Amino acid sequence: MNIDWVFYFAALVAFIASIKVVTSANAIHALLYLVVSLLAVAFCFYLLGAPFAAGLEVIVYAGAILVLFVFAVMMFDLQGDNQPVLFQQSWLATWFGPLILTLTLAMLLAYILVTGATDSHIEVGVVSAKQVGIALYGPYLLAVEIASFLLLAGLLAGYHFAKSTSEGEHR
Amino acid sequence: MAYIEPLFPFIEMSVIILALVLIAAFLVWVERRMIGIWQDRLGPNRVGPGGVLQSVADLLKILGKDEFTPKFSDRFTFVLAPFIGAITVLMSFAVIPFSQSIGVSDLNIGLLFFLAMTSLAVYGVVLAGWSSRNKYALLGGMRAAAQTISYEVFMGLSMMGVVLLAGSFSLRDIVEAQQHGWFISSQWLGCLVFLVAGIAESHRLPFDLPEAETELTAGFHTEYSGLKFALFFLGEYLGVTLISAMTVILFFGGYLPPGFLADTLFAELPGIVWFIIKVLFFILFFILLRTSLPRPRFDQLLAFGWKVMLPLSLVNLLGTAILRLTGVLGGGNV
Repeated sequence: MNIDWVFYFAALVAFIASIKVVTSANAIHALLYLVVSLLAVAFCFYLLGAPFAAGLEVIVYAGAILVLFVFAVMMFDLQGDNQPVLFQQSWLATWFGPLILTLTLAMLLAYILVTGATDSHIEVGVVSAKQVGIALYGPYLLAVEIASFLLLAGLLAGYHFAKSTSEGEHR
Repeated sequence: MAYIEPLFPFIEMSVIILALVLIAAFLVWVERRMIGIWQDRLGPNRVGPGGVLQSVADLLKILGKDEFTPKFSDRFTFVLAPFIGAITVLMSFAVIPFSQSIGVSDLNIGLLFFLAMTSLAVYGVVLAGWSSRNKYALLGGMRAAAQTISYEVFMGLSMMGVVLLAGSFSLRDIVEAQQHGWFISSQWLGCLVFLVAGIAESHRLPFDLPEAETELTAGFHTEYSGLKFALFFLGEYLGVTLISAMTVILFFGGYLPPGFLADTLFAELPGIVWFIIKVLFFILFFILLRTSLPRPRFDQLLAFGWKVMLPLSLVNLLGTAILRLTGVLGGGNV
């Protein structure tokens, strides 16, 4: 199997999963498709020679931010009105889509792990973590600072909302 | 021979997976027996010599149970959740170097891969809690989500000191960088934080609030039975093994023999033996912790994480960076 094909497979998985995100009636299922989509995108990054970006994509997006999404959906039980429809679907209809997509991804990953084909990436060379760091704190220093300001503002806002009022009760 | 050679990685993978599953099953017995001995009682000692086959009996019992999926549950996610829990942990072992030659893959981002898999593992617990449509399970799933996200932050930070010293994310490079001294000598604070975060990530006592039986019956796996429950069980014990293995690799020299034994006969032992001895030590340590510590309240758990562990890991990272830049601590190529 050519490495290009692996890339296009992963891209296809990301594409289909992204479409399913917006067409799923069930909020949690949509989020699960989003996770699959992000994993596929991370895989594309990896194949393009950016393993560091791929790792961070999985850790930060799929592993942290989307867990928060799932958390919020669970907490407020955002199920919509279509809940009963879900149970009338056949066994095949619920399983088919996600199963095909994840199996494809799993096969690709197994292929990469076994053949160690990571060195024959598509075009560019492998970007190491060190190069990412040098780029971030060199030409893109301003962007990093702006992002950190944004995060600080978010942190302060979060602190403000969570703070107890003078009466000692939570807002 | 030429026909078989491409299959070697597959064979190696299958053997490692099989061994891991067997070890996890064996650990269930080890845990119960050791706790029994430490608490001055016998523990399971009937099945086989000393009770070694207890896990086989348990497995037969579990497989004989009714494979029950509640009518009110979300079927797809309900069935998916235990698989996510077990598979993500098994995937993490792909980057673990078991010895000089054994190991599935030596990814150059091995450490990040491990972090990614542990952060994906939380979906197993969260989705199990949500799809059960059961209040106990939902509360357990929510606790798991909050706990894992919090403890993941400084689990990552606590390992960065080691990365600074080794100059690589590859686990094999990290082990090789400890040829002249284990990282525990300078990274003891990072090791402490990593151990605490590791226990929280594998939600074992004292951090097993997602499944606290006194208040939540069985937490996120309340509705699970049979094989699906066994998968959660497998995931938990594999998680303990994984955290022990990572502690050994990051801080205790992985498969390298200890420095003071360098010239003795012990240094001739194969790397895998040293690796297993060290990992077993930490597994027993986890079991001992479980028997001796009480369970905190949930808000105490989160406050402890953010107010104590996070600053500690930041201090550790800062200190390591300063010592590294001033040349006090040596390390790999940077």
